[in-house]
Amino acid sequence: MSEPDRVCDRPNCENAASVHLTQVVDNKMSDEYLCGDCAEAKGIGAVAAEGSPVANLMAQLAEGDAEGQPGAAPEPCAFCGLTFDGFRETGRLGCPLCYTSFGSGMRRLLGRIHGSTRHVGKVYLPPDPHATRADRRLDDLRRRLRRAVDSEDFERAAVLRDRIREIEPAESP
Amino acid sequence: MKDSGAVRDLGLGWLDASGPDADIVLSTRVRLARNLQGHRYLSRARAGDRQAVYDRIEGIVGTPVLPGGTELLRMAELDARARRILLERRLISRDLLGRGDGGTPHPCGALLVCSDEAVSIMINEEDHLRLQSLVSGLSAMEAWSRVDRLDEGIGGGLPFAYHREFGYLTSCPTNAGTGLRASALVHLPALVLTKEIARVLEGIDQVGLTHRGLDGEGSDFVGNFFQISNQTTLGRSEEDLVEHFGRTVSAVIAKERRAREILRGAGPRTEDLIWRAYGLLRHSRLLTYRDLMELLSGVRLGVSLGLLPSPGVDLLNRVVVFSQAAHLAEAAGRELSGAERQAHRAEYVRRVLERERGSPTTDTRP
Repeated sequence: MSEPDRVCDRPNCENAASVHLTQVVDNKMSDEYLCGDCAEAKGIGAVAAEGSPVANLMAQLAEGDAEGQPGAAPEPCAFCGLTFDGFRETGRLGCPLCYTSFGSGMRRLLGRIHGSTRHVGKVYLPPDPHATRADRRLDDLRRRLRRAVDSEDFERAAVLRDRIREIEPAESP
Repeated sequence: MKDSGAVRDLGLGWLDASGPDADIVLSTRVRLARNLQGHRYLSRARAGDRQAVYDRIEGIVGTPVLPGGTELLRMAELDARARRILLERRLISRDLLGRGDGGTPHPCGALLVCSDEAVSIMINEEDHLRLQSLVSGLSAMEAWSRVDRLDEGIGGGLPFAYHREFGYLTSCPTNAGTGLRASALVHLPALVLTKEIARVLEGIDQVGLTHRGLDGEGSDFVGNFFQISNQTTLGRSEEDLVEHFGRTVSAVIAKERRAREILRGAGPRTEDLIWRAYGLLRHSRLLTYRDLMELLSGVRLGVSLGLLPSPGVDLLNRVVVFSQAAHLAEAAGRELSGAERQAHRAEYVRRVLERERGSPTTDTRP
């Protein structure tokens, strides 16, 4: 049987200790066992500064773009001011407009991540609908209804039928 | 300041093990990442952005766009233990909990819970809104339907950031398009014991899904528990993604069941492993969470194979949740040191198994 694992020394922390901190202060040596989170909070552990795996992956993927397009770094986002380099560092965009601000670089990046750049899922209709968008939305709902019926998911089909009825009367009275 | 009483019953619906294959799949979650038009994401947000997102959500509470019986919990108004309980129940993320020593949450971080529908929304996380549904067993379509209804309601009341070509726009491009992540928490002890697990996990990765340990990205595989989820979110419809996810997890379950039959035929070796795990849980005086999960794995396998007639899977689910740090502190009515926690955990598990005793019996013939 194994000894119970060492847990983090910090009060209220439950994690397994992964950092053994030995300090000599005034010729007295002290030992502290900390988990990764508490060590980070205490400012220990340069590992965390490397960034999340997602950010690293993003940096690599976006790096490829920079190489393929020398000197073609996109302009910063007009709405939030994020630069493409800033995005590469964190792997996080600043606002919805970044997608169009970063243009073709963003399209290539999405292609590399997802193997596709085109959304084929739900068509979103904002609270203030225009008729043309309502059409697309109806098409989407009808497509989903057909799928539900095909897969004999009748409960779901009923829900979708209700949604179609909510939109349809306005169109064809 | 609200204490843990405010979160007492939240997020526990899946514990009842009522879903399909609940002995192998603890829970299925489907989440949708959504953002509101005209506001910066968390990474670039100004104070006004987060406040505006919070205000807009607060503005629709009690209106028909949300299901009835919803409750909005502002993180800054909950005490630290209540927030940790929400984290341990996987209703909020570490980001929402608050970082650093004191764990101070952002004043506009919040959780909206609709308990009747088993859905909830994290507000001002990495994305403005993270809608999620958490259900028992492998019920991907059910979880999707629930969260889809919620999405339809909110999207009808608030304008989401959406682009004709890219779909729903998210803070991280890995979530763009549908914003949909389906994940299942699965227990695969037989595939681990029969050394087939590496091949199965490789197969999962090859079909566009991904796997990780119990605590998410970068965590190791404790107690033979794995999380399986879809990797890409753009280029396929939500139903396609959910269906493909469900089919793949079903295939993994079938492999796990076959491996369990092999173990059943392995004679006393399997039985010994299960009864040792049960014995240690019944008699340990100190238990780390890691030890507990390793031992629960053996007991869960024993219950599933019918070698241990009790406790039920629902009770084992309960132990997984209620033996975490904040839950133990809540039961004790005070904060516990690391060593105290191990003792309280061991005592809690002993008490649970003691209550169930009388039913687990073994063949006493020589």
